[in-house]
Amino acid sequence: MIGVVGTVPDRNFPLVTGEIRLKGDSITIQEKQIPVNRGTPALLAAAIKTAQVLEQGPPFAYLVGDVGLGQGSRRLYEYLSAHLGKCDVTTLVFHYLQPDVDWHNRVLFAVEEMESPPVLIADAGFMYAAKMSGQSCQYDLFTPDMGELAFLADEKAPHPFYTRGFILHEENRAPKLIARAYAHKNAARCLLVKGKQDYVADRQGIRATIDIPMEESMEAIGGTGDTLTGIVTALIGTGMAVVKAATIAARVNRLAGHYANPTPAMQVLEMIQHIPRALSEILKSV
Amino acid sequence: MSFFKRLTLRKKKTQTSSKADRGILVFEHTSEVIKAESMLKKAGLNIRVMGPPPEIRSGCDLVIEIPLIEKLNIFRMLENAGTPPMDIVPVSSPLLQPVDLFQNKDFGKYLMIRAANMKLTVEKETRTIVNISGGGCPDVPYLASKMVGMSLNEAPRPREIGHTLCGYALDLAYEEMKRR
Repeated sequence: MIGVVGTVPDRNFPLVTGEIRLKGDSITIQEKQIPVNRGTPALLAAAIKTAQVLEQGPPFAYLVGDVGLGQGSRRLYEYLSAHLGKCDVTTLVFHYLQPDVDWHNRVLFAVEEMESPPVLIADAGFMYAAKMSGQSCQYDLFTPDMGELAFLADEKAPHPFYTRGFILHEENRAPKLIARAYAHKNAARCLLVKGKQDYVADRQGIRATIDIPMEESMEAIGGTGDTLTGIVTALIGTGMAVVKAATIAARVNRLAGHYANPTPAMQVLEMIQHIPRALSEILKSV
Repeated sequence: MSFFKRLTLRKKKTQTSSKADRGILVFEHTSEVIKAESMLKKAGLNIRVMGPPPEIRSGCDLVIEIPLIEKLNIFRMLENAGTPPMDIVPVSSPLLQPVDLFQNKDFGKYLMIRAANMKLTVEKETRTIVNISGGGCPDVPYLASKMVGMSLNEAPRPREIGHTLCGYALDLAYEEMKRR
């Protein structure tokens, strides 16, 4: 089973845990409906669509409301510190959470208490905290975009907002930035870099480059990185090797985007509907 | 993992980078530090007053350490109270400056502006915000839910309703877009 830890952009949304379902434009957990637009709900919707094709069960989610003040995230961190040790998820992804190094470390302690260590994935705010904590190498996969890759490559930056100017996040510098992130031990065992070209890399270097189909509009659409993280999480949840899963996920996400015939004004839900078709097609070809 | 290995790892982790996500508020006068400390503590924020690191050569003899991620929220609180800080810098590297580069992408009918890790896309003709992407702090989906679909002039400013460094970066992109 895969576990997903994240937030919902509603300050009154309580801390809830449970299996997630997708109904129309919303995901549901414990009879609560959450619209799918971007962020963790988009990740979950993509993971559900992927799991359905793979005939896997739905993800198990740990969610809380947080609009950026961090109170919800800290409540969730506290819950995870107390309860994760007894969970039996095989793949665990951390997503839109308020970056907080102390809480990050406490959650990581709880993961170490688990009987079988899960495959660990971090994206968004939790990835920022993982890098700041100096514990990146404890993770199996990070899924940065180009701006976030530059942040990982900058050993001094505490947040992408402070990435130094000379570490420019230009597309053609991705290989150098990946190497620099590994040199400073600020990368997970595998990186899936989202951009005009997607890169799958590890300490040895770039393992795969995925650049077709090319849809320029995808960069503007909020949530397309979240869907990629959802797809790769669900694939890894089947026991697939991380590098292979990351390569397939990048191809699927691009193809689903292509089928949605995107414009920069498109919302991510339209793309999510095309994941099953794209995934089936890609799986047939590998 | 053996008990002793785990214990060693845990000790190492608690020693590493606990300051990495902290920032410093620099003020001109000590009286402002005292006022700000009282206000931020009352708001329940995890802060402390300390001496400035040697790299900081302006301001008074005291600074306030804060959670850097919440820079936007804290700055707004202090500004509203009439005691804005002279500067807010990361504890780990006080000389680091925020990203000030903007990158534009012209899609014809739409224009996207990126500041740091945040991207704002607007339909040129109507100046309607059609998408917000990038970022990783929890106010990003919240900001998108409040701003997407509104015109640039009607939408709330990220600096008014955002709370984090991602919100701050989005405000830079928003300001740059309005200038065009």
